[in-house]
Amino acid sequence: MRVMAQIAMVMNLDKCIGCHTCSVTCKQVWTNRPGTEYVYFNNVETKPGVGYPKRYEDQEQWQGGWTLDRKGRLALKAGGRVKKLATLFWNPHLPSIDDYGDPWTYDYQTLIDAPAGTPNPSAHAISALTGKDMPIRWGANWEDNLAGAPGGAEADPNLAGLQDAVRLAYEQAFMFYLPRICEHCLNPSCVASCPSGAMYKRAEDGIVLVDQDRCRGWRMCVSGCPYKKVYFNHRSGKAEKCTFCFPRIEAGQPTICSETCVGRLRYLGLLLYDADKVLAAAATPEPADLYQAQLGVFLDPDDPEVRAVATRQGIPADWLDAASRSPVYALIARHQVALPLHPEYRTLPMVWYIPPLSPVADVAGAYGDDADAVFAAIEALRIPAEYLANLFTAGDAGQVRRVLRVLAAIRTVMRAGQPVGHERGRPGRPVPAAGNRQVRRPVRDPAGPRRGRGAAAGPA
Amino acid sequence: MSGASGWQVFWWVVLPYIALAIFVVGHVWRWRYDQFGWTSRSTQLQERKLLKWGSPLFHYGTFAAIGGHVIGVLIPERWTRAIGIPETAYRWFSAGAGTLAAVLVIGGVVVLAGRRLLVPRVRATTSPIDYVALILLLIVILTGIAPTIGVNLLGHGYDYRTTVAPWFRGLFAFSPDVRAIASAPLIYQVHATAAWMIWAVWPFSRLVHAWSAPVWYLWRPYVVYRARRASPPAEPGTSGRRWRKIGVPY
Ligand code: SF4
Ligand code: SF4
Repeated sequence: MRVMAQIAMVMNLDKCIGCHTCSVTCKQVWTNRPGTEYVYFNNVETKPGVGYPKRYEDQEQWQGGWTLDRKGRLALKAGGRVKKLATLFWNPHLPSIDDYGDPWTYDYQTLIDAPAGTPNPSAHAISALTGKDMPIRWGANWEDNLAGAPGGAEADPNLAGLQDAVRLAYEQAFMFYLPRICEHCLNPSCVASCPSGAMYKRAEDGIVLVDQDRCRGWRMCVSGCPYKKVYFNHRSGKAEKCTFCFPRIEAGQPTICSETCVGRLRYLGLLLYDADKVLAAAATPEPADLYQAQLGVFLDPDDPEVRAVATRQGIPADWLDAASRSPVYALIARHQVALPLHPEYRTLPMVWYIPPLSPVADVAGAYGDDADAVFAAIEALRIPAEYLANLFTAGDAGQVRRVLRVLAAIRTVMRAGQPVGHERGRPGRPVPAAGNRQVRRPVRDPAGPRRGRGAAAGPA
Repeated sequence: MSGASGWQVFWWVVLPYIALAIFVVGHVWRWRYDQFGWTSRSTQLQERKLLKWGSPLFHYGTFAAIGGHVIGVLIPERWTRAIGIPETAYRWFSAGAGTLAAVLVIGGVVVLAGRRLLVPRVRATTSPIDYVALILLLIVILTGIAPTIGVNLLGHGYDYRTTVAPWFRGLFAFSPDVRAIASAPLIYQVHATAAWMIWAVWPFSRLVHAWSAPVWYLWRPYVVYRARRASPPAEPGTSGRRWRKIGVPY
């Protein structure tokens, strides 16, 4: 057992309002420079939609991440070391700037200089690449809220095979937001693809970084990352990526996206994992088993043996305490309500998502004495479980349904413990505090027994 | 060196050594102060269709040309004679392989130079040093290809291994044969001159990326782990090039 610590994030998609505050604050802090105009370490996508850059999730096109070779061994999907070096001069899988959208600013000076009385002076779009006028065709957030719009949703790779089942007619339409940052994968294909060895995973906290002094601009990380979360700075000629705000993390502060998130939906924390098990988990034959395989890599920070080994291997005691207090570990491993994004890429991503109930109100209103009503409501949710499964479990809709049921059950229990409607504020009925006894009551898991603790066995 | 005029010595000895000195010292300086600027400066993000042909053609052609120079210029003629390769056979091989390399390089450089000048997105990224390096490269390539095809393949042939090669090897043995190079045809002299000028430009241009050919990638483990190293921030004004400020040109 080789214990390693990893900073990880869980995002609760039910709470994302798609305000893009995270993208804006991230951009102001990290990519507010020439050459990074189109670079969004954090972006928020409307799903269904093609994403940023266009159709990045279609690995048949972009060849990002890992695959299994004929003998079942892990291999970079875009080809091995020799092929990487042979295609150094022209990377066949690199997106072009038009897949992201030509970045632009506006010629604001014309507004200022327009002579008095000019009717509606307008500012032209100016390309950040050439400094010349340009037509605006695409951008980072082009599809915002346009889920189901023609040309958008149909091109979503996650809808492959679901078109018939998913009607995008207005009254049937569904959408949700998917905020994305770098996954700081346990088996990062960006690092594996970098011929210079400029990219690395930090041994202490698992943050994946680009050494700006060692990057030689070979661009293999950009195409190697299946999430397209390494960007090429077109001014400096170097790769840049989400840093998990490591200077803030080192100073004990949350990442800027977490700190400024309006929905307060980002949980940050430490996770312990067994580095010796990473490659075997990533090489799990069936993609649908990758979610469970990744769960098997995580270590229980309260297990005395794990703590003993971790201490022996130099992980400080306060880190171990942080790991056992970690909301991320609780959501991912203890309660198993968070799911990885596209586990089939085999990078073992470490930003996980609590899938959205849609709409929440339907589920929340379905509670009552009849527990089955809650579960019936899950089946009637607007977002097809199969769609979420294509995003989060490599197609295993059963796992998605299980999570949604647990979430619905927790909501029901929490509601039951709270005063509703006219009861609120009625004299003589104290309002229960959060974390009251009812919440701690374990909920029977409809999906049957699992490893780990009960589904809603109380706060971490 | 007897018989060489002062001017010839200046041109074929002094200036090449100055260029070599700049080459060496420039690289040391660049490596110490500007690793951040040490990059291939790829423009594939901006334009991929032309690059797809131009870049591999140019690079693979250049490798072939470098290989040819190693055989033709660094290996003395008496060695190939000693192992029994007749001069005519050598010349035909040199002309044939040289022409192939020349076609690759010229095809690639035409596409690349055209792309750099005519595609606005690529042109916008081009700095003055890029133009200097590009022009020198064009001179070297054209004056290298013309004799390869025009003289060695189609014409009567010219044995550069008795003039250019001894001078070049002599530079590294500190006894350059000035008379030999001074007696070579003008086109070889221009070729050699542009070559030593490129040495002087090399450390300050994107050509440095050639020394970073990532061969180590073939052996290293896929996933690199590195421990965090705390380092104090550089004193203002002492660090090398960093990310550009808004409004600063390339
Ligand atoms: S998500 Fe991040 S760590 Fe994972 S492959 Fe992409 S850039 Fe690398
Ligand atoms: S700031 Fe939070 S709520 Fe707003 S888009 Fe980002 S993740 Fe969603």
